Amino acid sequence: MAFPRPIATTRSATGIPTGRLAVWWVIASEIVIFGGVLGSYIMHRLGHPDWHYQSAHTNTAAGAFNTLVLLTSSLFAVLAHQAAQQKDGKKAARFLVFTVLGGLTFLIVKGFEWASEIQHGYTLTSNTFWSFYYTAAGLHGFHVLAGMVIMLFVAADARHNRELQRVENIGIYWHFVDVVWIFLFPLLYIAK
Amino acid sequence: MSDPAAQAPHGEGHHTNYVKIWGILVVLLVISVLGPFLGHPVVTLFTAFGIALVKAYLVGKHFMHLSLERKWIGYLVFTMLALMLVMVGGVAPDVLKHDGLGWENRAAKQSVEQGNAAGEAAEKAGHGAPGAAPAGEHH
Repeated sequence: MAFPRPIATTRSATGIPTGRLAVWWVIASEIVIFGGVLGSYIMHRLGHPDWHYQSAHTNTAAGAFNTLVLLTSSLFAVLAHQAAQQKDGKKAARFLVFTVLGGLTFLIVKGFEWASEIQHGYTLTSNTFWSFYYTAAGLHGFHVLAGMVIMLFVAADARHNRELQRVENIGIYWHFVDVVWIFLFPLLYIAK
Repeated sequence: MSDPAAQAPHGEGHHTNYVKIWGILVVLLVISVLGPFLGHPVVTLFTAFGIALVKAYLVGKHFMHLSLERKWIGYLVFTMLALMLVMVGGVAPDVLKHDGLGWENRAAKQSVEQGNAAGEAAEKAGHGAPGAAPAGEHH
């Protein structure tokens, strides 16, 4: 069944394509969500000097590897955008799939990391540090997962040179998720 | 209202070497990981958080193309950041301080004491301290 193309796809009342504008609005709201979590974490961390006993047990190597993975997936996302600009939908879809694989690698590493921490007794309720750790990283992981799912839908269309403007839109979201991790990494893994 | 010109993805005609930007980001990541090994807290602060700001700037400018976007998108993003700072600024004195004029957060003080005691005991025993007490409410 064919659906009519939404008018917002081709309309631009603001000088910015409506789809891209919507992504920026999503990001604006996400800044407040992640900003609230990270701001609260920083304040509590400064008010609780004893937390360094807890943060000493986060896995810096896993965090650094995951940062490399997300930075590389962001590179693939922007290369997908570049391919979409050149109207090469197949290439754009290929880069989007590479980006999704980056997200998958990130989540697998996170899974092993969390399993090890939980086995050692560092759970969501063992200490407020770990509550922040699992909440912030879990919320971020959920955004990675959501981005991966949306990206697969966009890649499926892009492969047939359809709706190529969406490649840039999902890319902007993915880069934002990357930026959030760029701040989570030093806060949770470097500041021991 | 339709503006076909606005439908084009931005960045057209703009050539950025994305692989080079990625290379710079990876070098910055390596510096941020190695920083704490120097053992100086101020250096770690710079290599961890200063470099995080630089990395976020590079991703925002070159990957998200913020510099090519309409100016008010930047204003929108910075307004949200400012609102976040207002929230942090408003709450910080209550969270960072554990006592003040006519009030004392006994639970938080107790939590820090218990956390330190549990941490020290665990260090002596040679393992971590997962069970330190959580922070409490104001009293």
